[in-house]
Amino acid sequence: MILNVNGNDITIDAESDMPLLWALRDLVGLKGPKFGCGIAACGACTVLIDGEPQRSCSIPIESVEGSIVTIEGLPQGEKLHRVQDAWIAENVPQCGYCQSGQIMAAVALLEKTPNPSDDDIDEAMTNLCRCGTYPQIRAAIKRAANQGV
Amino acid sequence: MGKILRRTFLIGAAAITGGVAFGAYKFNQTYPNPLEGQTAEGESTFNPYLKITKNNDITILVPRAEMGQGVSTTLVALVAEELDVDMDQINVEIAPASYAYYNSAMMADGAPLAHFNRTATANATRSAMFGLGKILGLQVTGGSSSVADAYDKLRQAGCTARETLKLAASKQTGVAVEGLKTASGKITLPDGKELTYGELAELAATMDPPSDVEMRDSSDWRILGKATPRTDARLKSTGAPIYGIDVELPDMVYATVRMNPRLGGPMKSFNGAKAKQVKGVLDVIEITGPENEKFGGGFAVIATNTWAAFKGADAVDVEWGEAPYPATTDAIMSTIKTALDGAGGDELRNEGDVDLAFADAPRDNVVEATYQVPYLAHATMEPMNATAQLKDGRLDIWTGTQAPTIVRSDCAYEAQVDEQNTFVHSTYLGGGFGRRGEVDFPRFATRIAKSTGGKPVQVIWTREEDMTHDTYRPASISKWRARLGDDGLPVAIDGQIATPSVIASVMGRTYPSLPASGPDNTITHGAFDQPYSVENYRVSGIKAPVDIPVGFWRSVGNSYNGFYHESFMDEIAVKTGMDPVELRLKLMKDFPTAHGVVSRVAQMSKWSAPKQTGRAKGIAFTLSFGCWVAQVIEVAETDDGLKIENVWCAADIGEALDPGIVESQIQSGIIYGLSSALGQEITFEDGMVEQTNFDTFDAMRMAQCPNMMIDVMENADHRGGAGEPGTPPSIAALANAIHALNGMRIRTMPLSNEVEFA
Repeated sequence: MILNVNGNDITIDAESDMPLLWALRDLVGLKGPKFGCGIAACGACTVLIDGEPQRSCSIPIESVEGSIVTIEGLPQGEKLHRVQDAWIAENVPQCGYCQSGQIMAAVALLEKTPNPSDDDIDEAMTNLCRCGTYPQIRAAIKRAANQGV
Repeated sequence: MGKILRRTFLIGAAAITGGVAFGAYKFNQTYPNPLEGQTAEGESTFNPYLKITKNNDITILVPRAEMGQGVSTTLVALVAEELDVDMDQINVEIAPASYAYYNSAMMADGAPLAHFNRTATANATRSAMFGLGKILGLQVTGGSSSVADAYDKLRQAGCTARETLKLAASKQTGVAVEGLKTASGKITLPDGKELTYGELAELAATMDPPSDVEMRDSSDWRILGKATPRTDARLKSTGAPIYGIDVELPDMVYATVRMNPRLGGPMKSFNGAKAKQVKGVLDVIEITGPENEKFGGGFAVIATNTWAAFKGADAVDVEWGEAPYPATTDAIMSTIKTALDGAGGDELRNEGDVDLAFADAPRDNVVEATYQVPYLAHATMEPMNATAQLKDGRLDIWTGTQAPTIVRSDCAYEAQVDEQNTFVHSTYLGGGFGRRGEVDFPRFATRIAKSTGGKPVQVIWTREEDMTHDTYRPASISKWRARLGDDGLPVAIDGQIATPSVIASVMGRTYPSLPASGPDNTITHGAFDQPYSVENYRVSGIKAPVDIPVGFWRSVGNSYNGFYHESFMDEIAVKTGMDPVELRLKLMKDFPTAHGVVSRVAQMSKWSAPKQTGRAKGIAFTLSFGCWVAQVIEVAETDDGLKIENVWCAADIGEALDPGIVESQIQSGIIYGLSSALGQEITFEDGMVEQTNFDTFDAMRMAQCPNMMIDVMENADHRGGAGEPGTPPSIAALANAIHALNGMRIRTMPLSNEVEFA
């Protein structure tokens, strides 16, 4: 089976029901997407598939269609994505474990809605953060939005 | 002696005697620097917190677990401030397991004393506990104690290293020390010539450090005292592999565990034949420990990847035995109720004559209430996991832990390897909240590593295993009564709190051969130690005998006592018809810091503004971990239910080393507390936990998060902690706001069982 991850075609030798998350973490070696719940309830495993935010813990690799972007695929060389820069500028992460997923969800939101309202943010940002960094996530999304593409 | 010392630790208050006895002899001993002999080529170390290479690469070590509370920034800043290096020129590394990183402040704060009790006897007790902390060498992160513990130690480390580097520069150049200036990792000579710390490090490391260094006055601080960019923000915004779950080693195999869902119960039988048919499964082994181990029976599945291990575990045929506690929530709560109704309890506060005060109290002047809270899971974002390798008499453990030296001794014992040959590689923690102070996950990894032929094994728990095998915040029931005086103020308050003992449970798991007796002052934390002056005031803690594993959960006893005590204060205010802010201000007149935060939060929230239809505010206050916190919460009726709209918080921590991080910790603690009110409870049926994942045990999400207005105040005389104190008053402030809105007095958590939230 071949997965397109961060622009590269990668051959995967695994059972077809293996969730994309575990293929990425254990077989491809990309540790950015995190395991949180395994039932698509927390969003720590969020990756983009053809630009859509998807919870990779609950997608078997056999049903993956499209190119996958993980947080490792966001920077252009040394230059971080503006959402990542905004996250750093707002000192968002506390324990940080959910932040890869939060950032991927925020990237997808800003692609579709360049200037999101508070309601847009509430609707799109449904990932769980046990440290409660929501006010800083909101501020970082607005900061990134103001900086445009 | 280790055993005796552990015993003194467990007895808590009684440990003081032991501490004093050992104190004189042991306290002045210094632990060796664990970095000696572990440095890279061309790298020198000065103390357990600092390494410098010839090329002037400066590394500062973090002695505490970074689980979001910012120790990898604030503790590093303490060293950097005195060392005269800039935050953006240093590397940050998590320290190895070593007694050199002992935590004294947590022990001192564990003394059964109210924070404001500063009598000579109280201070002597604290001082003895502080000494005991050093003797025990416990490298533990907890009790919101990291900054209080590190404040002198880490500045001293930076200062002494700086002065030693100056001595080396003086020796090398012949210029007197007085003429040398330090900044940004360099020493400048009077003629303007510069030497980097790196150029002097090797020489300096061989010199005796000066003994009479003087630390800077806070007015000269460059870094401390203001908000600093977090040193881990970039790592955590780029998906860097920094957590225990991200560890990857050559030849590593993967495993998961399944323990009896009736916690501590035996495994009657199991058959791994079907599991071994799953592609990728390598082995299925029993991992039941010795009889006195509290974790019960269970098995592990070892595989070539995590998913295969999870699938294999589902395919094992297993029969679990009975639980060592009542099988249902009702039966468990009834055991706690029986304990509450029994006599006795430890009275950590008993002023005046409470029984006499109530003996002749007219019924109309008495307020009574009973409250109840459920068991709660920690639900850290990163499920429990550890990686272990046992090879050629050497044990390596990679894990995110709040207690590296305890993990080291525990796992060394498990593997029958010397502690000197046991190495704990601490990672960043994807949440801790007390759960990662436990030893189960590294102990299981070590046990499984005995069966992998020297290969490293990464053991990851499923979320279901994590949530159903937690060391829960215990359930509790509490009853309160007050007698009101003629002026409406209470002249007597009497509170009893019954709950299973966290200390006894933790000790039983970690040191099963030791008896866990004596009072557990965590039961009454947040209730016995509050700054209200009432003539007759008694608070008793009663241990309830329920053998469900319970543990330290963000703010521990304060988490329920904040709810009890401050809901009850509100009930007193309602009964007397007094404004709840005014009631508190009157009772706090002897405590200016408490008075200050209550006044400030009233002002911030425009407390006295006229009430608006469909909206209402509630107030609560808790002093915990040395931080004085008052909160006002505003709720509003919406079509979807009650919405928590605004939180105002005034938190007085004393001098704040990083007000930005303190503010985010207080915010985090509030959201953690409110999350529990919005629907969290762990219940039992057939001896098993009914909630298994975030679909049935959720926490606050973005759309529910209120506006947060937090003022970090710095008037308190003594330094407090930040990680936990936000949690205790949040639930009561919300419950009191709901009462103000619709007259519903909710005395049982979670509040969502009686009111619908948006």
